[in-house]
Amino acid sequence: MTALNHSHIAAKQPERVVVGPPPVKIQVRGLNFFYGSNQALRNVDFDVITHAVTALIGPSGCGKTTFLRTMNRMNDQIPGARAVGTVLLDGTDIHGPDVDVTALRRRVGMVFQRSNPFPKTIYENVAFGLRIAGIRDHYVIDEAVENSLRLAALWDEVKDNLNGLALQLSGGQQQRLCIARALAVKPDVLLMDEPASALDPISTGKIEELIEDLKSRYTIVIVTHNMQQAARISEYTGFFYMGELIEYGPTVKIFTTPSEKRTEDYVTGRFG
Amino acid sequence: MMADPAAVHVTTDQGAVSILSHRRFRFLRHVSPLPILTGFLTLCVVAMLVIVLWNIIAGGIGGLTWEFLTASPTEGMTKGGIFPAIFGTVFLVFLMTVFAIPVGVATAVFLRYYARPESKLARLVRVAVNNLAGVPSIVFGLFGLGFFIQFVGRGIDKAFYGGDLAFGQPAIIWASLTLAVLTLPVVIVTTEEAMRAIPRDYIEASYALGATRWQTIRHVVIPNSMTGILTGGILAVSRGAGEVAPIMFTGAAYYLPYLPAKLNDQFMELGYHVYVLSTQSPDVEKTLPLLYSTVLVLLLLTFALNALAVVIRMRLRLRQAG
Repeated sequence: MTALNHSHIAAKQPERVVVGPPPVKIQVRGLNFFYGSNQALRNVDFDVITHAVTALIGPSGCGKTTFLRTMNRMNDQIPGARAVGTVLLDGTDIHGPDVDVTALRRRVGMVFQRSNPFPKTIYENVAFGLRIAGIRDHYVIDEAVENSLRLAALWDEVKDNLNGLALQLSGGQQQRLCIARALAVKPDVLLMDEPASALDPISTGKIEELIEDLKSRYTIVIVTHNMQQAARISEYTGFFYMGELIEYGPTVKIFTTPSEKRTEDYVTGRFG
Repeated sequence: MMADPAAVHVTTDQGAVSILSHRRFRFLRHVSPLPILTGFLTLCVVAMLVIVLWNIIAGGIGGLTWEFLTASPTEGMTKGGIFPAIFGTVFLVFLMTVFAIPVGVATAVFLRYYARPESKLARLVRVAVNNLAGVPSIVFGLFGLGFFIQFVGRGIDKAFYGGDLAFGQPAIIWASLTLAVLTLPVVIVTTEEAMRAIPRDYIEASYALGATRWQTIRHVVIPNSMTGILTGGILAVSRGAGEVAPIMFTGAAYYLPYLPAKLNDQFMELGYHVYVLSTQSPDVEKTLPLLYSTVLVLLLLTFALNALAVVIRMRLRLRQAG
């Protein structure tokens, strides 16, 4: 419906100590998205806050994944897909004519619903982004691989088996490997499309802990179907329905005192 | 074919007069003629293959000696071996793959990743590929003669050899190029199939890491279609190794006292050697055992290549499965 209005939030939540408005990483204004003649997003305004976790919730087909994928222009791959509106990353329009989409995707990394490591070794999976970025120096790559695996809380489990095949890891490990692979190219923003939906509760817990650890360095946007997960890990939550952003605000507010009836119905499980 | 059991029950209750209701023939109700007919015809196919193979093996195994494989034909092709033909075949199909695989893979990449599926150009290429596969091989032979030898070869001679005859004549390079054109559809189709089987997830992961389309093709698509590319290559080789018509005008020789060493040398080839032995021999009776053995070698070669294609495919599949 409307974008996150900082003064509005500050006014409604006086208990929150807000020193100036929170810094905005990605500012979306009037975003409409079409698959051919099918409109998937309607006039979305959205501010992604820096170094915080933003959850996108809503029933299937509501446009939350489409919205996530517009932020690194992954939808460019889909024939007939078209985005209209502005998406500013640190103030620069990502649809601008001078924007190098590969550079954009290095800054805005992505983790997918199904873990999708390449059929290569663990090391080569993490090194992939660096190699295609033209980095040849072995020491640089070694270090980046180790750092990324540490960040993704996978290093201790795989450090003796870096040349093992990625596909031999468990589902949860594979997903953390994908996170490590995304982190290796040093993005600012990490987009996660239901990263734990195919995982068991223990692996899901690990991914959630990881997200908690990562948010001090990265801006994270996560699509989730799991209300508890959204409530647990995010600072901000946006509720999408039928291609519209119905409500957006601090997670606490969305889950306790939403202003929209539809939001309340959805988060309390009355529909969706 | 089987009747609904309930319906059968009703019929018997009412005592319908049918041969199938008779106790002695009741079992026939469960026998459908189709499995018998199809089974019999399948057996015929297998029987034909067995007869052909048996005939060739029985006639050819005796002559299959080390000398036969390593010596040149002697005494007007009525004695000696077929080494120059084996060598020529290997050389020919090697050159053919050098031409066919890069072009075939590039075409598959273009069709799948650069051309829009509905574009006129993509449709045109597809129609061309499909029709290329249906052209009789003798037409390829004449095409090779007309295009590669008389046009390209003569052109090279005029441009670089002052009109002297160097490339404007039948040679292994023209024969292998002709075969490459003939086997291109196999390479294109198998490669494209392998590319279609690559999970969309890999492609997305690559793009999401900032890879360009070309980097994605180079580092994700092609390594993951290696199985298909190799299979296509080997199938092309096994097809190409057995073709006679495309090479008889473009470079295969009746007999050569030397092995081909340059791209513009002529060569002997197994399939063509079979043709020569069976139609141009000065003494058919004496040639017959040699002919059997040559056919056997040709068959073994193509079977081995097909088997190799299967093995490579399986091994790569296992490796990919982890």
